[in-house]
Amino acid sequence: MCMESNYNLGEDVIRAIKKGLETEASNTGKEILQIILKNAEIAREEQAPMCQDTGFTVVFLELGQDVHIEGGDLYEAISAGVAKGYTEGYLRKSIVSHPLDRKNTGDNTPPVIYTTIVPGENLKIVVCPKGGGAENMSAVKMLKPADGVEGVKNFVLEVAKNAGPNPCPPVIFGVGIGGTMEKAALIAKEALLREVGEKSKDPAMAAVEEELLEKINNMGMGPQGLGGRTYALAVHINTYPAHIASLPVAVNINCHAARHQEVIL
Amino acid sequence: MTPIKLTTPLADADVEKLRIGQQVLISGVIYTGRDAAHKRMVDLIKEGKENELPFNPKGQIIYYVGPSPTKPGKVVGSCGPTTSYRMDPYAPELHRLGLKASIGKGKRSPEVIDAMKEYKAVYFAAIGGAAALIAKSIKSAKVIAYPDLGAEAVHEFVVEDFPMVVVNDTLGGDLYQEGMRIYAVK
Ligand code: SF4
Repeated sequence: MCMESNYNLGEDVIRAIKKGLETEASNTGKEILQIILKNAEIAREEQAPMCQDTGFTVVFLELGQDVHIEGGDLYEAISAGVAKGYTEGYLRKSIVSHPLDRKNTGDNTPPVIYTTIVPGENLKIVVCPKGGGAENMSAVKMLKPADGVEGVKNFVLEVAKNAGPNPCPPVIFGVGIGGTMEKAALIAKEALLREVGEKSKDPAMAAVEEELLEKINNMGMGPQGLGGRTYALAVHINTYPAHIASLPVAVNINCHAARHQEVIL
Repeated sequence: MTPIKLTTPLADADVEKLRIGQQVLISGVIYTGRDAAHKRMVDLIKEGKENELPFNPKGQIIYYVGPSPTKPGKVVGSCGPTTSYRMDPYAPELHRLGLKASIGKGKRSPEVIDAMKEYKAVYFAAIGGAAALIAKSIKSAKVIAYPDLGAEAVHEFVVEDFPMVVVNDTLGGDLYQEGMRIYAVK
């Protein structure tokens, strides 16, 4: 799964880039989008990583409450799978064992694993390798409830402007509003798992997604930040109930190498 | 736009003619380095041991990249640019010694832009994430220093028509600012 996700860019991302190509105003911008599509083609044909940064392996598990796992530790098994995939698949090992000592672990472990328990007897595993460039431009802010939807919009626009060319645009914005600080960040990341351009089920939030997408692209940063109208492919918003005193907002950016692979056991 | 073809080592006159927004195809030898290699190189310069640098920066280009491992039968793994700002603290020292260009992605600090003006150097953006495609323009690759750094070791690449765009020129121009100004909807 680690290998496949790094070699094959999802059809949804390809479709979104092609759509951007139709409306892109800058010639350089158009050429860049074409190069990105060509890159995805080469990666698929040669089974080579589309990007050299094959990411921190983020894994979302949905564990059916009737599932009983035998024969060992599930998290260790996932870790072993990551080590195997990154070694046999010639993927880059980008993880250091301590954030300050910075010694490479040599096999891209450990992954970051989030588990939710759901009814049923299936185990769903979603693997999404997350590159450093786009992750580094992400941000969380604790707004005041009085800041309201305008405050949220301003913060997202501020994060986009500050990110500029760094996260390899065209990018996708995952926005988490509400919950606690870490919950906002988590639902922002979950928003990136949606098919690119799939709207929020909440019509009010879907409207905000649309407005933000337009405003971000109208800043003129364009593909790779070199000027143009295709900076963002989509804005995805997730919300969660909030404390009476808080309005947390998290913005998680994903680059055009928006990789995810899903399996249900 | 027809891209400009350049061969390394770069002549001063060719570098000074470059302007922001131009597409360039580079051929010849280029060197790679990320944060860890830069730190070692600049430490050497500070200790006055310039002759111990992995390569003489004069007229050369450094590419900010940490390739993925090479598959058997291939020249190099996927190798797109990494974000350049992490090299900003080190870049002016290398430009002072004659480094003519760096290749990466993302904005540079005012200090680096000033150093490029002063020492007549440029900054190119390669396409972030187009790593499998970029690998095709790399004809040979070898590690020449710091093998202990793994993907961060200094490599010598021989490239042919490696595609990039001029982001900062020797006049202090900045395509990230300029491009945004042109395409912003007011
Ligand atoms: S931000 Fe994404 S496309 Fe850019 S280098 Fe990182 S992983 Fe690759």
